[in-house]
Amino acid sequence: MNGVFWGVPVNVWTILAAALVTYGTRLGGHLVLSRFSRIPPRIDAALNAVPAAVLTSLVAPAAVSNGTAEALTLAACLIVGLRVPMMAMFAVGWALIVVLRTVGL
Amino acid sequence: MSPSRSEFFEGVRASLPIVAAAAPFGLLFGALAVDNGLTVGEAVLMSALVFAGASQMVGLELFSAHVAPWIIVLSVFAVNFRHVLYSAALGRRLGLMPGWQKGVAFFFLTDPQYAASEARADAKIPVTLVWYMGMALPIYVLWVLEAWIGALFGSLITDPAAFGIDFLLPIYFLGLVLGFRARSGFLPVVIASGLGSIAGFYTVGSPWHVSLGAIAGVIVAMLLPPAATAHDVEPVEATP
Repeated sequence: MNGVFWGVPVNVWTILAAALVTYGTRLGGHLVLSRFSRIPPRIDAALNAVPAAVLTSLVAPAAVSNGTAEALTLAACLIVGLRVPMMAMFAVGWALIVVLRTVGL
Repeated sequence: MSPSRSEFFEGVRASLPIVAAAAPFGLLFGALAVDNGLTVGEAVLMSALVFAGASQMVGLELFSAHVAPWIIVLSVFAVNFRHVLYSAALGRRLGLMPGWQKGVAFFFLTDPQYAASEARADAKIPVTLVWYMGMALPIYVLWVLEAWIGALFGSLITDPAAFGIDFLLPIYFLGLVLGFRARSGFLPVVIASGLGSIAGFYTVGSPWHVSLGAIAGVIVAMLLPPAATAHDVEPVEATP
């Protein structure tokens, strides 16, 4: 997005809006949710599921819509990630994608 | 040392492991931001104002896809929605702070900040603004600095694919997803989101697959039988 709106790049507006909604989540829980003595269980379950659901939606197409190297890397990361910390999994994944692409997969 | 100074440095000490763990991702954010079409200034601005790593990365993924700005904002909001729960839980622990102090504190409410504040309150030590900012400021200042340094280096990399840099975001997101695996309903939610997202990707196309996949996962979470035991809000990330 490279437009300009009121003399300010659209990217900057987008970042400002993203900052505002993020602060909203950090302040809003206290201001709104704390007025309820108890959150209904299904709403609670839905809220809890949001981050995993969004992040999975970002990863899944990357696993199937790219080449063999990308699919193999994510599959390996999935297995490795169940056993080692995030940072180690990340390093393995990074090394793997470079190696697999270099050998031409 | 005066009590408030020693409190501040207790906070600083609590920040050190977080600063170390977050550093690679702070730098990575800056480098990827430039790779995805932001300027160095925009990358720094985003780290300084949003200050939430996972959502910043999600924003980058969408900036490069040239989607409508409101979709980027909505996606950032969705990823950061967990902060609502932290904020609600932590608000009760900050009872001693005047309102304006809480307003400041909540800006810096990252996952590790939440975890450390809960732990301190559990140990019956008051969570004061001095301690809180002692922990928050080093994390914040370095996070912003790392975006700048990362962005400067990122603009030097001419062929990101040769270094696998274009594929780091999916790997990072996968790591975050696995971080949620202790939550109830994790597997059904992930399967529903994954299938919904892929189906959306090949039918209506990007970027709608993100919303469709997310909605599929959330609906499944609501339909599952509620977890038998009440749970505390657990932080999910080790970095901002």
